[in-house]
Amino acid sequence: MNMADLLWIIVAMPFTIFLVLAFLGKKLSANLTAIIAISGTGTSALLTILLGWSFLGSPPENYSLSSHLWEWMNAGGLITSMSLRLDALSLVFIFVITFVGFLILVYSTEFMRNEEGYARFFAYMNLFIGSMLILVLADNLLLLYLGWEGVGLCSYLLIGFWYKDPANGYAARKAFIMTRIGDTALIIGLFLLFTEFGTLNIADILSAAPEKWASGDPTARLAAFLLLGGAVGKSAQLPLQTWLPDAMAGPSPVSALIHAATMVTAGVYLIARTHTIFELAPLAQNAVAIIGATTLLLAGFSALTQRDIKRVLAYSTMSQIGYMFLALGVGAWSAAVFHFMIHAFFKALLFLGAGAIIMVLHHEHNMFKMGGLYKKLPVIFWTFLIASASLAALPVISAGFYSKDLILWETFASASGGTQLWFLGYIGAFITALYTARMVFVTFFGKTKIEPTQRPGLRITLPLVVLALFSFAGGFIELPHTLGHVQVFSGLMQHALPHLEIRDVAESSELVLQIITGLTSLIAVGAAYVLYIRRRSWTDSIRNSTLVIQIHRFWNLGWGFDTAYDTLLVKPIVYLSRINKNDVVDLISLGLSKAMVYFNKLLVYTQNGKIRWYMATIALGAILTLTISILL
Amino acid sequence: MVEIPLTHSIVLAAVLFLLGLVGLLTRRNILFMLMSVEIMLNAAGLVFIVGSSRWAQADGQVMYIFILSMASAEVAVGLALIVQFYKKFNTLDTDAASKLKG
Amino acid sequence: MIVAFYIASAIAVFSTIMVITRYNAVHALIYLVVSLLSIAVLFYLLGAPFAAALEVIIYAGAIMVLFIFVVMMLHLGEKSVKQEQQWLKLSMWTGPGLLAFVLLIEMIYLISLQSLEDGGGMVVDAKQVGIALYGPYMIAVELAAILLLAGIVGAYYLGKEKTTVLHRFLKQQENG
Repeated sequence: MNMADLLWIIVAMPFTIFLVLAFLGKKLSANLTAIIAISGTGTSALLTILLGWSFLGSPPENYSLSSHLWEWMNAGGLITSMSLRLDALSLVFIFVITFVGFLILVYSTEFMRNEEGYARFFAYMNLFIGSMLILVLADNLLLLYLGWEGVGLCSYLLIGFWYKDPANGYAARKAFIMTRIGDTALIIGLFLLFTEFGTLNIADILSAAPEKWASGDPTARLAAFLLLGGAVGKSAQLPLQTWLPDAMAGPSPVSALIHAATMVTAGVYLIARTHTIFELAPLAQNAVAIIGATTLLLAGFSALTQRDIKRVLAYSTMSQIGYMFLALGVGAWSAAVFHFMIHAFFKALLFLGAGAIIMVLHHEHNMFKMGGLYKKLPVIFWTFLIASASLAALPVISAGFYSKDLILWETFASASGGTQLWFLGYIGAFITALYTARMVFVTFFGKTKIEPTQRPGLRITLPLVVLALFSFAGGFIELPHTLGHVQVFSGLMQHALPHLEIRDVAESSELVLQIITGLTSLIAVGAAYVLYIRRRSWTDSIRNSTLVIQIHRFWNLGWGFDTAYDTLLVKPIVYLSRINKNDVVDLISLGLSKAMVYFNKLLVYTQNGKIRWYMATIALGAILTLTISILL
Repeated sequence: MVEIPLTHSIVLAAVLFLLGLVGLLTRRNILFMLMSVEIMLNAAGLVFIVGSSRWAQADGQVMYIFILSMASAEVAVGLALIVQFYKKFNTLDTDAASKLKG
Repeated sequence: MIVAFYIASAIAVFSTIMVITRYNAVHALIYLVVSLLSIAVLFYLLGAPFAAALEVIIYAGAIMVLFIFVVMMLHLGEKSVKQEQQWLKLSMWTGPGLLAFVLLIEMIYLISLQSLEDGGGMVVDAKQVGIALYGPYMIAVELAAILLLAGIVGAYYLGKEKTTVLHRFLKQQENG
């Protein structure tokens, strides 16, 4: 069997399951629903592993597979086909999407068991996974956009899954509208690329772009910025990041799926996929790096102040995606994708773990009301700890260390990077370790405040264990020179993404920087240990000063972006629409119609049915005509 | 034959025409209005005859004959209408027939 | 002869004024006949004896007789005279009179602008008219004939007594 033929099956499975559940969901029993729900993505995951095995074992020509399904539309020069294309980049993505997605679905079968709309939930989840697969496997930008919008739709449906609470509907709308702003930029970017190249095929555009545009070409810059706009919206980066914390309104598995496998990584994928355009627009690429660096810092500080465990994780996602953007911005393509993969494992694990904790603690989100859970929930504790270690990038033993260190080192060493960007990322690493350690210490140590009533079942713990395994071991497929020098991942990536240009820096600085970052995260963990376990009084005394309270509040609210958008955009628009309640523009047409009626009434006076009057007007007309002819 | 000043005869026609117009505008009785129309038609005919006389051509008189025939047809129809009008409204007041009022 | 022209003109204008000011329809008609006869005289003076004859025969004769018939049919007596008196207030005359006066001034002005040379005064007799009528104007004559036919048919149709024709169901409705 041809490998390329597997591609469409991988994509079609989740959609099939979506249709089955959407139409038959209400008639199926819960057990059957669960089996059906996981079967589709499970099959896709198996096929992906099979495909990846043969892909790596006997690489196809050009390291890419393509499968033409059918011609989608052919109109006025726009020939778009339903074609799937697999290369090293999309292979990593579909592996993460199907595999992590499958684990999340398995987890959800137990987690969502007692919820209303069991089948509906799995229908949406499968649609979500299917859309994301379309997004990453699309061989042209229009198909990519289809998946992109499908992902946006599903995020709306799932964030607002518990639609009976208006707040959830609000959060869903917010996510949809904020990402839509980015989507608009993206579709304009697609129009621009189409007018420039006459095609939307990604490979064609990427090969034609360097011939058409010189480096720094204004059109290339415009295109890159428009694509960046789309990516920023979906990936919740500055300035369109405000939807992500509110997206926590959805069930925990949804958060896991949005943050780890789908949705927010779409922006990373888009930039990595169209990397040639960004390379031709250095300004835009710098903007990517700066946006990433800024977001990772802002989100990190906000994460420090959150009390809701899921919101901590939400801000940490923003921060970690910021790292990916930073890597993309400095040209460390492979490092960005590597971090994406590792992040998907540990972030999915963190969300699932947090979800499990919240479930057994009667929907308690505030982690300061938790505590002492390490004895009560050992499986969750250990898996959560491994994931947190990855997130905090504890040196040598965690996968996160290798991926984040790679980003930081390459940021430092990159020709377009430099010390400043590295420093921002370094600060971010410190903060990340600090808030991660805070989260772990506050949640699992200290006194037990709420007794967990139930123990999570096998279907919850098993995905956690598997993900923990990956969060731990995933990093060892790419080790730096200084420590083993394994390059499996970047070896694979080099077939899809260009290699980083390293500026002239001393090789020895790599080891120094690694030691610095490694020590930093250890120090941060130590600081958190002191502040939240040993000397809680210190924390309280720090918190009592007014300045800290102000800053705390400011960070807690995500740097006031919501308030700013509310005052700058929402309120003026609401005000304008209130003014315009009776439609100011309509006044023109209404005025026209009123003038018509008025003239009609005037003319009605002349139509009085008296024949002598008509005669008089004829005579008057004659007078006028004659007068005019005399005067002229 | 003595030449009659052309201007005078045309002014005479104009005066007659305008008298007909005044009658038309003033009278409410439809019978009088029809008479006024006849006066106006006659005035128009007079101008044609004047023209015919001025250029010694038969065409003017031919036109007059057409006006004449048209006038007789018009009077025939008009008077029939007047009879119907009177039957319907029991008056000859044109203002009574103002159903076209807008 | 020129004196005859002015006299006839004066009679025509005077009698026309009388036509439009009379209350009694029959009186007005008689003045109209006078006006038409004086115009016939004018035609004769202008060298159009055939037209003058037609004016007397058709206008003053046939058309006026039709008018008289109608007046007789409608039984317009004292009542209508009184009504006319009510209708014809002095104020009624001002508007139309003003209009007509302005028009007259303008017409006279326009006529005086033309440098019309007097001339001709030749008699155009019936023979010439006949030749023109049945020569170049043949089609117009035929059209006039059709117009007269239409007039006859129209007058017949309009003058006919209307009998209401109802469908039997409607009749039943009306009765029941």
